Amino acid sequence: MDLGIEKSARKGLVLFTQYEAGSAIKKAIAGGREDVLFELRESRLKGRGGAGFPTSTKWMITAAATAEKKYIVCNADEGEPGTFKDRVLLMEYPEAVFDGMVIAGYTIGAQYGIVYLRGEYEYMFAMLKEYLEGMRAKNLLGQNILGKEGFNFDIEIRLGSGAYVCGEETALIESLEGQRGEPRNRPPYPVNTGYMGFPTVVNNVETLAAVPHILLKTGEWFRKHGTDKSTGSKLFSVSGDCERPGVYELPWGISVRELLDVVGARDTKAVQVGGASGVCIPKSQFMRKLSYEDAGTGGSVMVFNETRSMLNVMHNFMDFFVEESCGQCTPCRIGNERLLEGVHKLISGDFTFAYIRNLKELGATMQVASKCGLGQSSPNAFLSILENFSDEIYQSNGSGVTHA
Amino acid sequence: MLVYEKNNLMEEIQQLGKKHGINRNALIPILQDIQAKYHGISDFAQQEIGRMLSIHPVEVYSVVSFYSFLNSNIEGRNVVRLCKTVSCDLAGKCDIVKAIERELGIKFGETTKDKRISLEYTNCLGMCDQGPAMIVNERVYGKLTPEAAVTIINEIK
Ligand SMILES: Cc1cc2nc3c(=O)[nH]c(=O)nc-3n(C[C@H](O)[C@H](O)[C@H](O)COP(=O)(O)O)c2cc1C
Ligand code: SF4
Ligand code: FES
Repeated sequence: MDLGIEKSARKGLVLFTQYEAGSAIKKAIAGGREDVLFELRESRLKGRGGAGFPTSTKWMITAAATAEKKYIVCNADEGEPGTFKDRVLLMEYPEAVFDGMVIAGYTIGAQYGIVYLRGEYEYMFAMLKEYLEGMRAKNLLGQNILGKEGFNFDIEIRLGSGAYVCGEETALIESLEGQRGEPRNRPPYPVNTGYMGFPTVVNNVETLAAVPHILLKTGEWFRKHGTDKSTGSKLFSVSGDCERPGVYELPWGISVRELLDVVGARDTKAVQVGGASGVCIPKSQFMRKLSYEDAGTGGSVMVFNETRSMLNVMHNFMDFFVEESCGQCTPCRIGNERLLEGVHKLISGDFTFAYIRNLKELGATMQVASKCGLGQSSPNAFLSILENFSDEIYQSNGSGVTHA
Repeated sequence: MLVYEKNNLMEEIQQLGKKHGINRNALIPILQDIQAKYHGISDFAQQEIGRMLSIHPVEVYSVVSFYSFLNSNIEGRNVVRLCKTVSCDLAGKCDIVKAIERELGIKFGETTKDKRISLEYTNCLGMCDQGPAMIVNERVYGKLTPEAAVTIINEIK
């Protein structure tokens, strides 16, 4: 398989740098848990899976819990359309990801780590298993890791089966427990009641991969990159109309315009930031910054040039949500179908503005009334395209072009 | 289903129980193995798995029906899953669809008469920088052209 850019060609600030397997585990064990938590807190690392929750807080709560067992789960479900950074990390930098898990295990007191690998990535399964086998041989996994008496930790890989919603952490846990991947009510949160009812940390692949680097180079060093509230670097998965699609490691706070220059995008009309659940940004807002403070993203950046139909984009996203809604709660199950119906009417030109107003209200309701992040964010693309590209959208009046 | 086929399947499910464990957590890995081997999970298999794990067959079915990579009907020996999400759409997925459908004489959502290939759409495969992309069984292919896609399809046994 052609993986695009070769590893040696990747350049970055944190993740796309050299890391010697095991070195950060050694340092963690020598310094103790408190030191790990201290550096993490200093780094102000936030979760890279989308929600942006402070990683040190999550680890601290779980570390403080007393329980017979604890778990660390690596969320490698990467289902957000336009995201493929975790694929690159797992294929090319497994040492950082898995060492991050071992350090998490040490810090929170977990004996088990589980990687939830999306079914679509089954082609990596054998390679990753072999890598773990190598870690066992080097005593980076197993009993008394690197001679640390009583530190036992092992990692297992479990495959998903093609369901976007299973990336949501409670749905993921349900799936691991052999259930339909339906999100749970929260609270309780996984940090208290997670896999099999035990305290569980769920972290994104990229979050875990940052941990060894932070530990070796300190949290203060990490914090120097990025902005005040969005520290460190971010992997951006760029696809669509540009010369050089791929994964880029860039500091948080870079503007949409700057990113477009880096990837060689020309005649760009719109950029979808954050995947299907993100928002669509028009040219007039290209100075906006990619960061938690402004346009936040799990890393997906899709570029559309002037020739593209925004109705078609909207149509594709709504199709996606209708298929991927788990159907558990009404605002999301019915709401997405209604929005999709709306897209069809916009395409055929068979709509009134009163009807569009209703759809906007429905979207706003879904954002607050849905049970999980899927339903809460599914109207985002629809609403932002309606708002930012209204001329184009309403102009179609039956001439709208779109294909299935 | 013939009696000896049933016996074989029961034996196999028992083996999978040994491999993955006799508990609810093992349900999906067991279903995944059966799916991979038989290209679907028959009613009988669902019943047997339920019996072994002490779960009602309806619960097994509810899990099977939830996940798009698990099926209760038997599909083709090979499953081609073409990504239909935005980035691959921009990259020209429609031309790939036309070429494959023309070549096989079936539509997406269908299986060839000889059960050689099932065609399915799927959502983003995480190959958006190399669209159009598809997976055949578990192998992934990117940067497809109509010609390349058809060549891959024709090489499937
Ligand atoms: C519908 C939905 C899908 C999600 N998919 C993913 C995913 O594929 N990978 C991921 O890391 N987080 C995903 N998340 C976020 C997780 O629920 C969770 O916040 C995250 O794994 C926590 O890890 P982090 O703190 O390291 O970001 C998803 C959330 C929702 C609502
Ligand atoms: S919001 Fe959608 S995906 Fe989430 S629980 Fe409700 S129906 Fe399921
Ligand atoms: S959009 Fe096709 S692989 Fe992501």
